Amino acid sequence: MQGLDFAVIAPYWDLLLIGAWWTAVLTVSAGVLSFVFGILFAVTVLYAPAILAYPVRAFMWLFMGTPLLLQLFLIYFGLVQIGIDIPALAAGIVGLGMHFAVYNADVIRAGIVAVDVGQTEGARSIGFGKWQTLRYVVIPQAIRNTAPPIGSNVIALLKESSIVSVIGIAELVHSAQLAISETFRPFEFYITAAALYYILNLVLEAALHRFERHVEVSR
Amino acid sequence: MSTQRPMVEVRGARKSFGAVEVLKGIDLSVERGQIVAIIGPSGSGKSTLLRSINHLETLNGGEVWLDGVQVNQPLNGQAFERHINKVRQQMGMVFQHFNLFPHLTVIENITMGPVILKGMAKAEARALAHGLLSKVGLADKIDAYPSRLSGGQKQRVAIARALAMQPKVMLFDEATSALDPELVDEVNAVMKQLAAEHMTMLIVTHEMRFAGEVADRVLFMDGGVVVEEGPPADIFRAPQKERTRSFLKKYLSA
Ligand SMILES: Nc1ncnc2c1ncn2[C@@H]1O[C@H](COP(=O)(O)OP(=O)(O)O)[C@@H](O)[C@H]1O
Ligand SMILES: [Mg+2]
Repeated sequence: MQGLDFAVIAPYWDLLLIGAWWTAVLTVSAGVLSFVFGILFAVTVLYAPAILAYPVRAFMWLFMGTPLLLQLFLIYFGLVQIGIDIPALAAGIVGLGMHFAVYNADVIRAGIVAVDVGQTEGARSIGFGKWQTLRYVVIPQAIRNTAPPIGSNVIALLKESSIVSVIGIAELVHSAQLAISETFRPFEFYITAAALYYILNLVLEAALHRFERHVEVSR
Repeated sequence: MSTQRPMVEVRGARKSFGAVEVLKGIDLSVERGQIVAIIGPSGSGKSTLLRSINHLETLNGGEVWLDGVQVNQPLNGQAFERHINKVRQQMGMVFQHFNLFPHLTVIENITMGPVILKGMAKAEARALAHGLLSKVGLADKIDAYPSRLSGGQKQRVAIARALAMQPKVMLFDEATSALDPELVDEVNAVMKQLAAEHMTMLIVTHEMRFAGEVADRVLFMDGGVVVEEGPPADIFRAPQKERTRSFLKKYLSA
């Protein structure tokens, strides 16, 4: 049995911080992607003609019903076969982004449906068109009303982002594993990685809380 | 010729919800600057008529005209969408439940239409909104969110929002019915002010006294038809039809 010695971390501190940085980059990029596509999917499913709505619905169903790991493998290794060669980082962002976009879309779709019909009538009575009404009145309110569940999805995204280590992206877990393979000190490095995740989580939650508070006054 | 053209004209309006016919052939004409009050029991089709005028409901038969332009033109798809959006810009609608946009401040609620739909410069729209808010007595609420306002204040903002589009006609659907009694007067005062400025108005209301004070003409609806219409003095003091009499008796005794 080895004793615990966190001094082993010191030479790998850079590596871990760079890993944490990439985790943050992945979370923010995939988070933005999942938010934008969450709205697009929700609107498509609700309002687009069947020729668009059905494929998106099928896509959502597929992404909800299969493991994220499989989706990543499909995007990174599978697409090459049909000539689409995506760098690992892009594949990770797209995979995570689409996976969570589908969950956001589900939440936002319910949020859109829940906006009072009087809001639409108010906008239409002024002369706003269907899409203008969605863009300026309905969607902003749907987003505000669903901010808490969308926030939980972003928190989940931060944690799930570690899965992209399997396609070789040097995010936090990947960095920790690299350090462990050289030092054979799994406990110290995993605990340190966990602490770094916790800090990222705190930052993210603070940002989400700010947004929710801002949104609270305008509901 | 154009001076004789009514501002709003409804001809033979029919509307069914499923098997139930709610408007059974309504004719109505409102002259420029005229104020018409629509009264009648709950469920008689007053809201449906008003909503049909600005095409929130689609008529099954009949025509609606605004200042010489047919509102429910037989256009299809995108062409109708463009047409109706233009027409609606010229009609202000005030709802029982205000329908203010809760995610926008008072001034944003008001400037949104002119800025986005008319391409008005932001500064100009703000000046316009400021003037309208002063007019409805809410200049101090300019940056408040609707959730911070009382019902009466909300409704006054909603009126300002509609006026910001400089409409040719204002449609009021029970604008004070959702308000606590002590807040009714402040909204009625704004409507009276509009009346004094000769705004063309169609007012659905349960307040007979207010209708009598403000309207040039009162229209009594029941069961999807106009039972009787005339100057308020005639309708309220000497109604000709039994249905009007029994309706008014219920209201005036209450
Ligand atoms: N969207 C709708 N679907 C079905 N029935 C409706 C709808 N809107 C109104 N109605 C019915 O039409 C009738 C007239 O309603 P309305 O125009 O709201 O009356 P009023 O405003 O005079 O109280 C009522 O019986 C009401 O239940
Ligand atoms: Mg009504």
